[in-house]
Amino acid sequence: MLQSIWFVLWGLLWAVYFMLDGFDLGLGSLLPVLAKNDTEKRIIYNAMGPFWDGNEVWLIAAGGVTFAAFPNTYAVMFSGLYSALMLILFALILRGVAFEFRGKVESANWRKLWDACLVFGSFVPALLLGVAFANLFRGIPIDENGIYQGTLFTLLNPYGILGGLLFVALFLVHGSLWLALKTEDPLRRRALQLAGKLWFLLLGVAVAFLIATWFSTRLYDNYIKNPMLFVVPIILIPFITVAALLLVRRFIGRGQVGRAWTASAVTIVGVTFFGLAGLYPNMIPSSLNPTYSMTIYNASSSPLTLKIMLAVVLIFVPLVIAYQAWTYRLFSHKVSEQQLSLEDSY
Amino acid sequence: MDVLMLSRLQFAAATLFHFLFVPLTLGLSILVAIMETIYVRTKDEEYLRMAKFWGKIFLINFAVGIVTGITLEFQFGTNWSRYSQYVGDIFGSLLAIEATAAFFLESTFVAVWAFGWNRLSAKAHMVSIWLVAFASSLSAVWILTANAWMQHPVGYTIRNGRAELTDFMAVVSQRFAWQEIFHTTTGAYLLAGFFVMGISAYHLLRRRHQSFFTKSFRLGMYFALVFSLVEVVQGHIHGAEVAQIQPTKLAAMESHWETKANVPQYLLVIPDEKNERNRLELGAIPGMLSYLAYHDTQATVKGLKDFPPEERPPVTINFLAFRIMVGLGFLFPLLAGIAWLRRNQLEASPFLLKLLIVAVPLPYIALAAGWVLAEVGRQPWVVYGVMKTADAVSPISVSQVATSFAALVAVYSLLGGAAFYLIAQHAIKGPEPVEVVVNKEG
Repeated sequence: MLQSIWFVLWGLLWAVYFMLDGFDLGLGSLLPVLAKNDTEKRIIYNAMGPFWDGNEVWLIAAGGVTFAAFPNTYAVMFSGLYSALMLILFALILRGVAFEFRGKVESANWRKLWDACLVFGSFVPALLLGVAFANLFRGIPIDENGIYQGTLFTLLNPYGILGGLLFVALFLVHGSLWLALKTEDPLRRRALQLAGKLWFLLLGVAVAFLIATWFSTRLYDNYIKNPMLFVVPIILIPFITVAALLLVRRFIGRGQVGRAWTASAVTIVGVTFFGLAGLYPNMIPSSLNPTYSMTIYNASSSPLTLKIMLAVVLIFVPLVIAYQAWTYRLFSHKVSEQQLSLEDSY
Repeated sequence: MDVLMLSRLQFAAATLFHFLFVPLTLGLSILVAIMETIYVRTKDEEYLRMAKFWGKIFLINFAVGIVTGITLEFQFGTNWSRYSQYVGDIFGSLLAIEATAAFFLESTFVAVWAFGWNRLSAKAHMVSIWLVAFASSLSAVWILTANAWMQHPVGYTIRNGRAELTDFMAVVSQRFAWQEIFHTTTGAYLLAGFFVMGISAYHLLRRRHQSFFTKSFRLGMYFALVFSLVEVVQGHIHGAEVAQIQPTKLAAMESHWETKANVPQYLLVIPDEKNERNRLELGAIPGMLSYLAYHDTQATVKGLKDFPPEERPPVTINFLAFRIMVGLGFLFPLLAGIAWLRRNQLEASPFLLKLLIVAVPLPYIALAAGWVLAEVGRQPWVVYGVMKTADAVSPISVSQVATSFAALVAVYSLLGGAAFYLIAQHAIKGPEPVEVVVNKEG
C-alpha cells in the first residue's frame, strides 16, 4: 500500500514537472520561430523569467524523490540511461545560465551564443525526456542484477523516438500558448496561430503514439486484463486526456488562451499518468525477461523511510504549490516592451 | 583510466566547480538582505543601491550555482548507482528533503526578489531576500547532513543487502553533522565577507564611489572578521572530532605513520609515502599533536601503519590540503583584524587595500582544500567503514564516462569563463548612477 501511494506521488511529481517546465522548454525551443527581432526575443525570455527556475526544481524534486523512495529505480534508470541523461543535464545547464547571461553584454554575438544555448537547451531535454519515458513504458534491456545491457542507440528505437516527438509536440503547443497568455498582439496573435497549427502535429503524433503503444508496450494490459475495480478509476485517465487534447483546439479556435493552456496542462499530466497507470506496478520493465523488471516492490526504500518521506512530501509539496501559485499571480502581468523598460528584467 | 577513476575525477570536478559558487551565494544573500533591511529601516537610498549592485553579482553567481547543483544530484544515479542502491534509503531521503524543503523556496523567491522590485511593498521585497538567504543556508544544512553521514554513518542497519534507516533523528542530530554544517557555512560567510571587502577595496583605491564602497567595505569587514575568528576556534573543535571518528584521515593529514603516545607536532614535514615514513621532520613541538587531537599531551595517536594499506587514504594530497586550509584559516582573522584596525583610514592605506584585493581568491582556495581533505581523506571509503568507493561505481563503460567528462570540462569552462567575466565586469564597473526606484507602496 505504502509503495502504491509512493508510485502515485512519484508519478505526480514527474507530471507536475512536465506540465510546468514543459511550457518553458517548448517556448525556449520556439524562440527563433516566434521572435522577429531582439525586442521580441527579450519579451520571450521575460515571459519565462520569473518562472523557469522554480519550474526546474520540480525536476530536482522528482529526481530526489525517486532516489529516496525507489533507490533501485533511481540507480538503474539513471545509470542505464547514462548518455541521454548527461545530455539532458548539460543542455539544462546551458539553458539555465542563458537567461541570466544573455542580456549582460552589449554584443550581438554574445546574445547569439546564449540564444543558441537556450534553443538547444530547451529542445534537447524535451526530446530526450520523451525518449526516456517512452523507453520506460516499453521496457529497457536490464538483466537480473538491474544492469543495463544496451547502448544509447538501444533507446533510439522507433517507439522511443515517437515518444520524444510526442513530448516535443506537447511542449511546443504548451509553450506557444504560454506566450500567447503572457503577451499582447502581434506576438500574442502569432503565438496563438502557431499553437493552432502545432496542435495538428500534436494530434497526429498522439494518434501514432497510441497505436504504437498497442504494438510496442504492454501498457494496455492494465486497462484490459485487470479486475473492474482497478480498471474503472484508471480508465478515466485516457478519456480525460483525449478530451483535454480536443478542448485545446476548441479553445484556441475561440481565442480563449487561458483555457487552452489549462487544457494543454491537463493533457500533459494525462499523458504521463496514462503511461504510468499502464506500467503499474512496474517501474522499469525489463525487455529481456519480465521477471527482471524493477517494480515498486523490489525497488522501494524501507517502510520507515517511505513513511518519513511521505510526511515530508505531504507537508512541503502543498506549501510549495501555494507559494509558487502566489508567484504566478504576482507576475501575471502581460510582458511588453514598455513594461520591460520600466522594470528589472532579463 | 578506468570507470572508477574517471567517475571520481568527474565528480570531483563537478563538486569543486559547484562549490566555487555556492559559498558566495550563502554569504552574499545574507549581506544583500542586511543592506536591504538597512534601507527599509533608514530609507537611506545608498543602501538600496548597494543591495542592487551586490544583488546583481549575487544573481549571476546564483545562476551558476543552481545549474551546477543539478548535475551533482543526478550523478549519484548515473555514476554511483551501486552507492545509490546501497545507501539510497538514507542518503536519498536527505537529498529529497533538501529539494522539497529548501531548494524550492530558494529558487522561487530569488525570482520574486529579482523581478519584484515594483510589485511588492519594500518590506515584502526585503522578506523575499531573507527567505532566499534562509533557504540557501537550510539547503546547505541538508546537503551537509548527507555528507556527514558518509563521513560518519549512524542510525542505520545493514538489512536486505543494503543500509536501511533505523533512526532518523540520529542521522539529523548527530554532532559531527552539526560540526560540519557550522564549519562549512562559516567558511562560506567569511568568503563572502572577503569578496565584498576586496571589490570595495578596488574602488576605494581608485577613490570612486567612496561613500558607497566604504559602507560596503565595513559590512564585508565585520562579516569576515566575525566568521574568520569563529572559524579558527570551530575548526579546531571540528578537527578533534575528525581525530575521534576518522583516525585514518587524521593520520594522513598529519603524515603520522607510527602509533605512539605524546606525539609532537612538527613545523616542517616532508612525507615519503612510498617508504611509509617522513623524509624530513623539523621543529618538533612536544606533545602538540596529541594535545590538538585529544586535548592531552600524553594521548596515543594512531599511525597509518596501524591500518592495512588498502584502508589508508593517500597521504601527500591530504597533508597538503590540510596545511593550505589551516594556514589560510589563520591568515583570515589576521587580515580582517588589520582591516578593522584601519577601518577609519582606509584611503590612507593603499597597501592594505591592494592586499585585500589579492586576498579575494584565498578563501576559495581554503574552502576547496577543505573539501579535498574531507573527501580524499575519507578514501578508500565512500561511506566511512561501510562501503568502499570502488564498490560504489556504476556498471557503465569507459567510453560513456570519458565522453561525459570531456563534455563536462567543455561546458563548465564556458560557464566558468562567462561567469567570471560577467562578475568581474560588473564589479569593476561599479554601481549604477543614482536612480529613483519607485516602490509600489514606499
